Amino acid sequence: MRRVAPKHQRLLLAGAALLAVAGAGLSGAYALQNRASYFYLPAQMMADPPAATRAVRLGGMVERGSLRREADGITIAFTVADDRGGRVPVRYRGIAPDLFVEGSGVVAEGRLGPDGVFLADNLLARHDENYVPRELKDMHVAGAPGGAGVAAAARR
Amino acid sequence: MIAEIGLAALWLAAALAVFQLVAGGLSLRPGAPPVLGQSLRPLAVLQGGFALLSFAALLVLFATTDLSVALVALNSHTAKPLLYKVTGAWGNHEGSMLLWVATLATSGALIAALERRLPERTMHAVLAAQGFVASGFFAFLLFSSNPFTRLPMPAPEGVGLNPLLQDIGLALHPPTLYLGYVGLSVAFSFAVGALLTNAVTPQFARVMRPWVLGAWVFLTLGIVAGSYWAYYELGWGGWWFWDPVENASLMPWLAATALLHSVSVLAARDALRVWTILLGVIAFSMSMVGTFLVRSGILTSVHAFAVDPQRGAFILALLALYIGGALLLFALRAGTILEGKRFGLASRESALVLNNILLSALLGIVLLGTLYPLFAEMVGARVSVGPPYFNAVGAVFALPMLAVMTIGPLLRWRSDTARRLARPLVALSAAGLLAAVLALLQGDIGLLPLSGFVLGAMLVVASVLPLGGRSFRRTPLTVWGMVIAHFGIGVALLGMASDAALTRERLVAMAPGDAVTVGPWTVRLREVMPVAGPNWTATEVVLDAQTAAGGRTITLRPQSRTFWAPVQQTTESALASRWNGQLYAVSGGPVDGGRWQMRLWWKPFVTLIWLGGLLVALGGALSMAGHLRRDTVRRSAARRISRLAAPVPA
Amino acid sequence: MKRLWLFLPVAVFALIAGAVAYQLTQPRDEFVRSAMIGQPLPSFSLPPPGGGPATLSDASFRDGRPRLLNFWASWCLPCIAEAPQLERLRGEGAVIVGVAIRDRPEDVAAFLQTHGNPYAVLAADDIAELQLALGSSGLPETFVIDGQGRIRYQHIGDIRAADVPVLLDELRKAGS
Repeated sequence: MRRVAPKHQRLLLAGAALLAVAGAGLSGAYALQNRASYFYLPAQMMADPPAATRAVRLGGMVERGSLRREADGITIAFTVADDRGGRVPVRYRGIAPDLFVEGSGVVAEGRLGPDGVFLADNLLARHDENYVPRELKDMHVAGAPGGAGVAAAARR
Repeated sequence: MIAEIGLAALWLAAALAVFQLVAGGLSLRPGAPPVLGQSLRPLAVLQGGFALLSFAALLVLFATTDLSVALVALNSHTAKPLLYKVTGAWGNHEGSMLLWVATLATSGALIAALERRLPERTMHAVLAAQGFVASGFFAFLLFSSNPFTRLPMPAPEGVGLNPLLQDIGLALHPPTLYLGYVGLSVAFSFAVGALLTNAVTPQFARVMRPWVLGAWVFLTLGIVAGSYWAYYELGWGGWWFWDPVENASLMPWLAATALLHSVSVLAARDALRVWTILLGVIAFSMSMVGTFLVRSGILTSVHAFAVDPQRGAFILALLALYIGGALLLFALRAGTILEGKRFGLASRESALVLNNILLSALLGIVLLGTLYPLFAEMVGARVSVGPPYFNAVGAVFALPMLAVMTIGPLLRWRSDTARRLARPLVALSAAGLLAAVLALLQGDIGLLPLSGFVLGAMLVVASVLPLGGRSFRRTPLTVWGMVIAHFGIGVALLGMASDAALTRERLVAMAPGDAVTVGPWTVRLREVMPVAGPNWTATEVVLDAQTAAGGRTITLRPQSRTFWAPVQQTTESALASRWNGQLYAVSGGPVDGGRWQMRLWWKPFVTLIWLGGLLVALGGALSMAGHLRRDTVRRSAARRISRLAAPVPA
Repeated sequence: MKRLWLFLPVAVFALIAGAVAYQLTQPRDEFVRSAMIGQPLPSFSLPPPGGGPATLSDASFRDGRPRLLNFWASWCLPCIAEAPQLERLRGEGAVIVGVAIRDRPEDVAAFLQTHGNPYAVLAADDIAELQLALGSSGLPETFVIDGQGRIRYQHIGDIRAADVPVLLDELRKAGS
């Protein structure tokens, strides 16, 4: 039946709490360094491509005429472009959001493959009047807020 | 007329809150006239009554669709079913704020009316703190979110309600969360009152505990409901997205969970005094952050509300005042709290301290991840933080916490020996080993789900061990509560692990007549047909599913709907629950050749996640009932004793 | 010294509150000014609601009279709030051209019935093509077009009472 020296119990508790919080903070901060997902415009992604292991987001306009559907009926390929001449090809396997059409703004979550094709796990487009993917707000959003939201590329 | 009554009641309640704050504050000064202190309880009760009256007025306005009120005209419609008319009252910013404040005032009234166990001076400080919090939020309502504003001319018809909000789940989910958020305000006021009057005692903890438990039960229910709503409504197959809105409800829950355990230590053993006070402040702070920071539009998310920077500034000022003020008070006064009782290293207290520390670390991690985009934006980087961060870093702290949870309840208070635990530990290890073997038979499932299976199984077994050697009839409700809540955590954990490891997904384009297999099911597309609802049209895909073993065919009907006014497209997923899992179908658009995009999941035992959550809430409710009953028994016993003692002649 | 750690929570909170306050003071760039200001209207032609021959084209604006070009929809809430202000503008002599975005003719008619019709000309843009071409941010939105068909000013969001003189002033400037 070991007891901690009377005077030190509170100090010990405070120390343990502090250690845990600091540990949480440090491990969190460290993890954020390589686990937070950064946002890229196509031009930025071409200039400074992220590592293939890193989850990032790519935002821009779905280039008109670039959208193709592959034979399986599920995979789509398109190009995300911005006004600075950036163009990044994207492949996505899955059900695209309702308002995902050519000429609309999109944020793709995924990784840039070594072949320069962005493999998207998820596509975000506007889906109701209150929601704009955060990054699209900075863009030249041109559309009705009633779900008909359509965003052109950044043209600031 | 009703709108004016509602507004007048709101102003009156606000004035009473300010009065309560001032009278309470003055009554704490030495030599204050006693009438100041005596006035507090009636003031708090009146304030609660007027706030409720105001909210009732809003309900009447919505029920009768009074279109001369701006809020009603903008959020309702005469042709809506009565249920959604009424729930529409809190389906908007102003109405939900009024509900929030009315709940706050009502809890204040309840403490004032019912609570007689604390020293009067402490009660005065508590009620002053409650008045302080309430007056700020009344001001927020009256000056920046008045729900009773009249239109210059009545609207001929209401605008309607976002179709997504015409859903019974979403109608009941916010009030549940609010009851939880606001219930924690009581803990906050108690903590502030105890700090001001230096009254951190086990008695104080016993008074606070039912409130913390009650708030925690509602928070748990709110989170479970919200998670299930996101699961079936978003159609992404996931049940938790680490979205800021979700994190905002998780953070108060983590703090409240820590608080209710540390309150138990304080009540039973008179230890952890300072820590309990700090958690009391932090829990409600997290509630306020949860309700307001997200709402102000500073953090955006999938469910974000409309942005309003002006409200944001008001909210920030209130948060700074309350959270900053309380934490400053804590910094200045906590040093005067005397050290509580000590305990051995191997003891129930130690396990609870460890639980508290790890929960706080988890809270810190969620807070950091939620706010990180805000900090990153200050240096110009745009980032989002999602599952890769939260899952990995959260697990580092959650797994040890769950491990402690398996043995903590078996330990004795004050001090214990490891030797006594030998037999339960053998049982736990056996359960864990069995789970590991069963899980590994499923193939390579990844470390995190594997740990989930092992810890879940151990927790399910460990949680019932405290019942060993007890007669079920005589086991107190509070013990039942703990057992069921811990059991629920284990069940939920098994569901999460199963969903993460064993889910099967198919993503295909199908023509009518085509069949695919997903898990044990063969799913055949029967037909695609148009359907129409009151304010939408939809394409409905009809799927027939059957297991390889035969058995009844089940039919799933996922839709993609298009609403008019406001124009909106939604994806309606279809779910079929079986005892051993759920079949989940989402339909996408048509592709060439008459094929339709389908996304199908077979999710074994996924329902355990929410079932476990409900068990956790049930455990909390039982524990609260048990404590309340024990308190009344103790009080009436005390009264009997004093009655017996009094008339004895000298 | 010993009690310094008690100040840790309040310090952490101050840090967070500071960051939030800083963010609040940052201008929000949800609304982006159109890059079309100063440019001539792109060529377009739009039918009235319900269809039929085009009643509105870029040529309609080149008659020397400055006009307001108002984008709205019956399903748009702020458009209701804006209706009385448009009425006031019309009363002050402004010529208002309305373009209903992605709307149904019967809803348009019902809206005008209820909230009044301030429009000299009304057209329907079912695919938001003109709105897109003008680089508008959402609904409602109002542009001042001068008599040569050049875009002179953009008002984002609903027109409030305080905006009426501003728009009248812009119209006057566009006319001179």
